[in-house]
Amino acid sequence: MANDPHDEKPKESSSGSEGIPAPQGAVNLIDTDYVIGQDNITASPLGIDVDLHGKVFIFSSIVILLFVILTLALQDQMEPIFNSMFSFLTTNLGWFFLLGANVFALLALVLIFTPLGKVRIGGADAKPDFGYLGWFSMLFAAGMGIGLMFYGVSEPLGHFGTAMGGISMGEDGIRTDWAPLGAAAGDQAGAIELGMAATIFHWGFHPWGAYAIVGLSLAIFAFNKGLPLTMRSIFYPILGERIWGWPGHVIDILAVFATLFGLTTSLGIGATQAAGGLNYLFGIPAGETTLVLLILGITLVALGSIMLGVDKGVQRLSQLNMVLAALLLLFVIIVGPTLMIATGIFENLVGYVTHLPALSMPFGREDANFSQGWTAFYWAWWIAWSPFVGMFIARVSRGRTVREFLISVLLVPTLASVVWMTAFGTTAIEQVVNQGITEVQDAALELQLFTMLEYLPLTAITSFIGIVLVIVFFITSSDSGSLVIDSITAGGKVDAPKPQRIFWALIEGALAIALLLGGGLAALQTAALTTGLPFTLVLLVGCYAIVKGLMSEPRAV
Amino acid sequence: MFHKILVPVDLAHLDLIEPSLQAVADLARHYDAEVCYVGVTANTPGTVARTPQEFTQKLEAFAKERAEVHGQPVSTHTIVSPDPIADLDDDLIKAIDELSADLVVMPTHPPKNVDAIIPSHGGKVATHTKASVFLVRPTGN
Repeated sequence: MANDPHDEKPKESSSGSEGIPAPQGAVNLIDTDYVIGQDNITASPLGIDVDLHGKVFIFSSIVILLFVILTLALQDQMEPIFNSMFSFLTTNLGWFFLLGANVFALLALVLIFTPLGKVRIGGADAKPDFGYLGWFSMLFAAGMGIGLMFYGVSEPLGHFGTAMGGISMGEDGIRTDWAPLGAAAGDQAGAIELGMAATIFHWGFHPWGAYAIVGLSLAIFAFNKGLPLTMRSIFYPILGERIWGWPGHVIDILAVFATLFGLTTSLGIGATQAAGGLNYLFGIPAGETTLVLLILGITLVALGSIMLGVDKGVQRLSQLNMVLAALLLLFVIIVGPTLMIATGIFENLVGYVTHLPALSMPFGREDANFSQGWTAFYWAWWIAWSPFVGMFIARVSRGRTVREFLISVLLVPTLASVVWMTAFGTTAIEQVVNQGITEVQDAALELQLFTMLEYLPLTAITSFIGIVLVIVFFITSSDSGSLVIDSITAGGKVDAPKPQRIFWALIEGALAIALLLGGGLAALQTAALTTGLPFTLVLLVGCYAIVKGLMSEPRAV
Repeated sequence: MFHKILVPVDLAHLDLIEPSLQAVADLARHYDAEVCYVGVTANTPGTVARTPQEFTQKLEAFAKERAEVHGQPVSTHTIVSPDPIADLDDDLIKAIDELSADLVVMPTHPPKNVDAIIPSHGGKVATHTKASVFLVRPTGN
């Protein structure tokens, strides 16, 4: 019987394509005696039920609590530590992040065109749990929502500015400018092209490649191989039964850290921007009190959303966000320089592809500030975030084929980023170039979106939508993040008691507050970078595992 | 009086639902009713089963076992949910309607303080369905 889950041995078939035997079973479970949840601790302290993976939960929560307390208690001492760590990691290991990201993007792209793309997540007969719109909204909202709001205006504008400024050398012969590649001193068209290409580079194939690899490996090893939905499962082809012991615990604990710090970086950025926007629009003081109150309020709403669950909470909020984001995008395209944006989309795509080899080159870079300060940081951030996005994407992607999955996770978001960045970037650059408005460039990073909107009609409405978008993206990141961390710390169970989700949502809020007060954005970024590093290694190994896992799966005809 | 008894079962915690299973057996015999055992599983691998298909098989095996105990006709219904903890109540309410059950027997915990924030499943189901609901407390409380 095709669906018999006890039929765990792959069946040989003579009609396998390209020499790989095609098993006929709907899924091809890995044969293991491990029972999911067997290492879990179940108890009811104070009438609250818990069901946790003892070692992973206790170790990660203790370390994180210590981190929060230390950062808050030693605010002044921590900040320089974070700053020097940040520059050490980006300067010395930037190449490693760039190299890793290239591998992920390439593998994801290649898999689309191989016969492995026919494998269906969850077995040949699996049906998707979510419709395309809801599914796609969740992918996007989880993936990079807040970042698009924060960097949509500031990044194209920033790269354009530095590219125009040209190359400047320090006394030691090291470049001091932040321009990408060889800059484009005084060449306006060239600077726009380079600036947009660099921006799209940071928001295109590479981040989504990392997400796709993590998401796909998790999905295949959980839904098709029957292993728990946690990071350790990806390592089964390499570590075998050892993944249930300490090697597996370490991988899961790393995943918890990476998720938490990657998430709080986004939350910190989101809170800063929302507070900036509120200050800009309503004159609410954007001090630390506002930030803390904002994070508290948003955490509360996120709590409500996780209580409602994936379907009624996260999915609905993500869809609301998609509609709002689409409206804002459409508005900017229509009232902005429409023609420039329309032609820009294609020019920027071409520019992106042209500059891609140079931008993604890990070695021998002369634009150290750009490739280390921007690209390496972004890559570390995306990779730190990949267990979270990947696991969430995996969880909502059952029933899709690998090809469908990769196209949706890789190509569609990349194109969406191109359109978004082109619309917001071109509008802002056009204001500078043709209208001579310099205010946007001069504004603080978190205010550039609002300043740009000020020079378009209906400012009050659009800025308000902008703030709402930042806040709702914030909420969807926080709630899906809590679900993911809860599942990792519950040994891969997605049906652990609700109080655990609440615990992690609260921890995320606390961590974001601690890091913002303790060292500002630098602390957040360093934390993301530091956890991104070991995770790049983890993912490189994962690349091997995913190919191996896919090879033993039956393919749809 | 009752024709079809719907019994949500948690295959991972059979010891906890033992008292309610006894009540089900007695009621089914008394009213000569069919018993439909309903299981809710995540789409991800879990403690009970690694795929929804395996879950259904285990649920069917469980129902057969129960049929030998009480001798009444049995059926099963598997609900696959991406987020079973959050969707449990709504999924059950829908199943009661779809399967046209007229009595639901499910185990529940004694009332406790956190119910204000996280209401009990049994209580929530009872307030949202037309079927009669029999909530069975654990013995010894």
